[in-house]
Amino acid sequence: MTYIAKPRMHHPELTTNKVGYTRRDYEGPVSTLCAGCGHDSISAAIIQACWELDIEPHRVAKLSGIGCSSKTPTYFLGASHGFNTVHGRMPSVLTGANLANRDLLYLGVSGDGDSASIGLGQFANAMRRGVRMAYIVENNGVYGLTKGQFSATADRGSKSKKGAINNDSPVDLVGLALQLGATYVARSFSGDKAQLVPLIKGAIMHGGAAFIDVISPCVTFNNHGGSTKSYDYVRQHNEAVSRIDFIPRRGEITTEYAPGEVVEVEQHDGTSLRLRKLHSDYDPTDRYAALSYMNAHQARGEVVTGLLYLDPLAVDLHVALNTSDTPLNKFGVKQLCPGSQALAKINAGLR
Amino acid sequence: MKRIESINDFVIKFANINGSGSASANELFAKAVMRMGVPVSPRNIFPSNIQGMPTWYEARVCEKGYHGRRGGVDMMVAMNPQTWDADVAEIEPGGYLFYDSTRPIPESKFRKDVEVIGVPLTEISNAAYSDPRQRQLFKNIIYVGALSVLLDVDATVFEKLFAEQFKGKERLLESNLRAINLGRDYVKQHLDAPIGIRVRKSDKVGDQIFTDGNSALALGCIYGGATVAAWYPITPSSSVPEAFQKYCDKFRVDPETGQHYYAIVQAEDELASIGMAIGAGWNGARSFTATSGAGISLMTEFIGLAYFAEIPVTLINVQRGGPSTGMPTRTQQSDLTSCAYASHGDTKHVMLFPQDPHECFEHAAAALDLADRLQTPIFVMSDLDIGMNQRLCKPFVWDDARDYDRGKVMTAEELEAGKDFGRYKDVDGDGIPWRTLPGTHPTKGAYFTRGTSKDAYARYSELGPDYIYNMERLLKKFKTAADLVPQPVLRKAQKPTRFGVIYFGSTSPAMREALDVLEAQGLHLDALRLQAFPFPESVDRFIAEHDKVFVVEQNRDAQMRSLLVNELEIDPARLVKVLHYDGTPITARFITHSISKNLKAAPIGAPMTSLHKEAA
Repeated sequence: MTYIAKPRMHHPELTTNKVGYTRRDYEGPVSTLCAGCGHDSISAAIIQACWELDIEPHRVAKLSGIGCSSKTPTYFLGASHGFNTVHGRMPSVLTGANLANRDLLYLGVSGDGDSASIGLGQFANAMRRGVRMAYIVENNGVYGLTKGQFSATADRGSKSKKGAINNDSPVDLVGLALQLGATYVARSFSGDKAQLVPLIKGAIMHGGAAFIDVISPCVTFNNHGGSTKSYDYVRQHNEAVSRIDFIPRRGEITTEYAPGEVVEVEQHDGTSLRLRKLHSDYDPTDRYAALSYMNAHQARGEVVTGLLYLDPLAVDLHVALNTSDTPLNKFGVKQLCPGSQALAKINAGLR
Repeated sequence: MKRIESINDFVIKFANINGSGSASANELFAKAVMRMGVPVSPRNIFPSNIQGMPTWYEARVCEKGYHGRRGGVDMMVAMNPQTWDADVAEIEPGGYLFYDSTRPIPESKFRKDVEVIGVPLTEISNAAYSDPRQRQLFKNIIYVGALSVLLDVDATVFEKLFAEQFKGKERLLESNLRAINLGRDYVKQHLDAPIGIRVRKSDKVGDQIFTDGNSALALGCIYGGATVAAWYPITPSSSVPEAFQKYCDKFRVDPETGQHYYAIVQAEDELASIGMAIGAGWNGARSFTATSGAGISLMTEFIGLAYFAEIPVTLINVQRGGPSTGMPTRTQQSDLTSCAYASHGDTKHVMLFPQDPHECFEHAAAALDLADRLQTPIFVMSDLDIGMNQRLCKPFVWDDARDYDRGKVMTAEELEAGKDFGRYKDVDGDGIPWRTLPGTHPTKGAYFTRGTSKDAYARYSELGPDYIYNMERLLKKFKTAADLVPQPVLRKAQKPTRFGVIYFGSTSPAMREALDVLEAQGLHLDALRLQAFPFPESVDRFIAEHDKVFVVEQNRDAQMRSLLVNELEIDPARLVKVLHYDGTPITARFITHSISKNLKAAPIGAPMTSLHKEAA
């Protein structure tokens, strides 16, 4: 792999957002993934979401593990600090980074091998702790960089490119995230940008642990008949429960909806999510109902997508730890060191 | 029978059952002796168990201030029937056996060559207290009272100690004092006191403090400005983060808002602990994790990342014994190799070797500075002997003029002014590059941190020259580290000598005593105490200046010697191994015997029996 910077030539009339950036300012160098890879669509959705949210790129920290998906943070938000950590361990590094500076937005990018196989423990515990981040799994059910082995999200009975049948039960990351206390849980499809962009926006602005499982077909190793993570399979089995619009605090979107079709969920920070329900029996604010709805549809072979669960009053690890509003990395000796007088007292107590 | 007569120089050992509340009583005893101005160095010998198993507290009373284990026991306080036979057998001939005489013990269970002192502790306690828990706890305090008369410790020291300890809790003060006096009165009325070993007022404690290494490390992290701690419970290091929490409660809570100037996470495992510490270090907070050998094994992949991606992080390793689960409640210095070269590929790490709680404090604070300065993992290599035992040591010192060394962090202003930023570029000639923190500048200074190879501007690269540039620079940085770490401490022999000895960490107190003994026997050795790895040039020089250098350490494979041979390219024949690794702390007797035997002199002043045991 080489490192190819994109030309920095901009069309002079490219639209800028409220913080003065064009969409291209959210890009990174040229992707080196396979042509047609679902992951590149997700990168494009992240770029779109950040631009639309008027986020200054350098206020985002993007972290990932190892694998095809984890390579993608290089290809978006070139002005953000990024950290390609070790395999399956992005959640812990992100947790530490978040504790050091609560003022940044954290984007965790991972894959199915990275989060469901080697990193299942760290995924689970980050959700449990409520680390504030947008955790995006680019889920293709396969190890791409090592050429086509099954990952732990591959469905039982699905067939690899070389013809092997997967005998193991799949890990359902969405189900786990719901059980473990994630406060924003969604599933989407890399080929459905209209659904994905607002889901990412909602996740980035969410006040707690936000998880999105994005089914992202691997064009090279997992896009054949017999795969349940191929473009064709997902398109045929996609069962969207909702469409959402993310509404920032300051702006009002005035799209008209038929009565009863729309729920608006206001979040603690004043932003809100307008949810257009596609299934009248679906309640996205009930964790257990969401779980059972999803399981029932999954049993019928349907891939349920959309915003599956949202706790609008989510809190995060900082609230639990009561850490200061000022980021910890801003403190110096003056705030942190008790000084020699306090030490003299400690010494006296040890005699 | 010739009984042992000794003032201010003896070993008393308490045999207890863990979970019985004996720990605080034994500590009270040690403190009382120290309030008499006589140094004491106690050691907990305990099993990997919570309740019901044997545990021992061995206190060496020594006016000369030798804090190493001496070996041998002059008085046994035998409170545990399970271990009675072995405990009684351990007493030196002419020594003393103190026991609870409430229930009769057959005469065959005693020894003829030791003085037996029975006090009906259970009977006294049961007569005075009705609550079962109180009966148990105060029985311990009663034996402290009884011993204080036998050993001639002033009653007043207890009054003062309790007054300090139970300030504002008058009821506790009174009930404890009552228990002490129950013991004191019984001995005064029924027994001949004092006995042959005793304590006499002295002035050898001075302004020293009495504390354990783990608390001192935690306090060093407080003073050194650590704000993020992530850890996973493991003996013997768990009390480091626990003490850090305690100090944070005291010093890191905003008095107005109640908000915390710290974050502590008990992680799901050691992998996550080090991951969090690395994430925080990457993002500009001072962070640490505390663990022991098994935890280091789990962390090694991440340690390689922090080395190669150059992220500041402090690891406190309170070493315990053995591979695998090994001897989790025993002490060793056996993680040197695993930490010095932790992780795959070519890696080398900085290690500090504190010798006592005073240095635990110093080294913890120094490690946080060094981590930022060198942008790399720094290991503080303590061990169970230092970490979980209270030791008399110099008081903690902090200079209020001291600021934290945050190392080379490029600011938004510098970036704005057009300063060239190459994350992995050596611009100052010391191998240390500049870094930026996430979120610093809207358009300049962002880079991608990765475990893969890269060029000087942090761009992914698999080109050979880029890789070599980086690795050579890391080596240069490691050389820079040798000058920045705490430097070795030299103790010159009274006479010029061709022999030297190198030691470090918890071996120090035993070594100090051994050197005195050897010198008294006419065996002169220059001694160099290492405080850190990598080795500064002075270590090379020291070895070059001597024909034969003993390397004293507490592991089987002579790991420090290997590091010396490997890093300084020393002829192994010149470095003589002195190895102690049975899980007990090394003793002066062991060192003196090993060195003097090698130097073909007569073994010195130590009974052979205990030597064989310790060397096993």
